[in-house]
Amino acid sequence: MNCPECDAGLGIPSDAATGEIIACPDCGADFEIAKKDGSNIELKQAESVGEDWGE
Amino acid sequence: MSRVCIVFDRLRTEEKMLQKEASELGCECVMRDAKTTQINTDTKAGRDFGDVALERCVSYFRGLHFTACLEFLDVPVINNFAVAGICGNKMFMTARLKKSGVPTPKTYFSFSGEAAAENAKETGYPLVIKPVIGSWGRGVMPIRDGDAMDAILEIRGVTDGPHDRIYYMQEMVKRPPRDIRVITVGGAPVAAMYRRSSGFKTNLALDGEPELCKITGEIGELATRASEAVGGGILGVDMMEDESRGLLVHEVNNTVEFKGIAKVAEQNIPRAMVKFALDLVRK
Ligand SMILES: Nc1ncnc2c1ncn2[C@@H]1O[C@H](COP(=O)(O)OP(=O)(O)OP(=O)(O)O)[C@@H](O)[C@H]1O
Ligand SMILES: [Zn+2]
Repeated sequence: MNCPECDAGLGIPSDAATGEIIACPDCGADFEIAKKDGSNIELKQAESVGEDWGE
Repeated sequence: MSRVCIVFDRLRTEEKMLQKEASELGCECVMRDAKTTQINTDTKAGRDFGDVALERCVSYFRGLHFTACLEFLDVPVINNFAVAGICGNKMFMTARLKKSGVPTPKTYFSFSGEAAAENAKETGYPLVIKPVIGSWGRGVMPIRDGDAMDAILEIRGVTDGPHDRIYYMQEMVKRPPRDIRVITVGGAPVAAMYRRSSGFKTNLALDGEPELCKITGEIGELATRASEAVGGGILGVDMMEDESRGLLVHEVNNTVEFKGIAKVAEQNIPRAMVKFALDLVRK
């Protein structure tokens, strides 16, 4: 699966799960796995870091 | 056996580790993305939150509000709403620690830029200023003189968020270039590590293996007391080693990260967490 931004290969691991974040190795954009059905994967833009993020 | 629900908004290694331990303990695990969940006042139908929930959202306010909803639906949550409310705000947390007699740095509270400036003039520098909400060291800054103080006040005047009017300043603790993070589960210390860096903030992620810290009687006891002070649950207790006073607790974290320390810890941290959740609702 390729990056929707820059078309680089994303190299999504086969055990990746819905909700996981995938960072593009080339452009650095973050994507969230929105749906996964076997090898069929749907991505959405990941949320950007909020002021209230953390531990 | 009870069923455990893991509430998340970003599925990180930690949440997957918790899921794996739950299944190895033979317990059914519901993974619940807070971002795609709807809740209403009138029906519970179609909403499965298991028998007990571990709230693991990266967004503090999302997690806090989700916790309020779960408690409304009578699902026990770790950490509970009261604990999350205290730990998410440094002022509330510091007040609790102090009130319970847990050694903590001297901290100054004020509620306008003018009052903070006045306060700093009286105490003198250096000081440390921290946003009351926020984590990962974001916005934590040493203030070494009046110029630095003025700059901070100016920035706060511009950003002007609701919490920018709340000033939380602390004495600068004389310590070695490290602090100690202790993970507590139900008040019991399960693992501890040193966090170190060359800069002012020691909590910024460094490359390499995390450095285990031996849980001495003193560290363990202090971590337990800090946990009790905020109401218990699963917590990350941060301490500094003050040159003259010994250990001071400066922070208790509500959704503790543990993937680094889990690699080197003796105890199985995620397993201890899931067991704690199951024990809470044992049927
Ligand atoms: N009063 C202080 N004196 C000296 N150093 C301090 C003081 N307060 C904080 N620090 C340093 O700054 C770092 C960040 O502070 P603190 O833990 O309060 O922020 P945080 O945003 O809550 O971080 P975390 O989420 O990692 O707990 C600490 O790890 C410590 O190294
Ligand atoms: Zn890309």
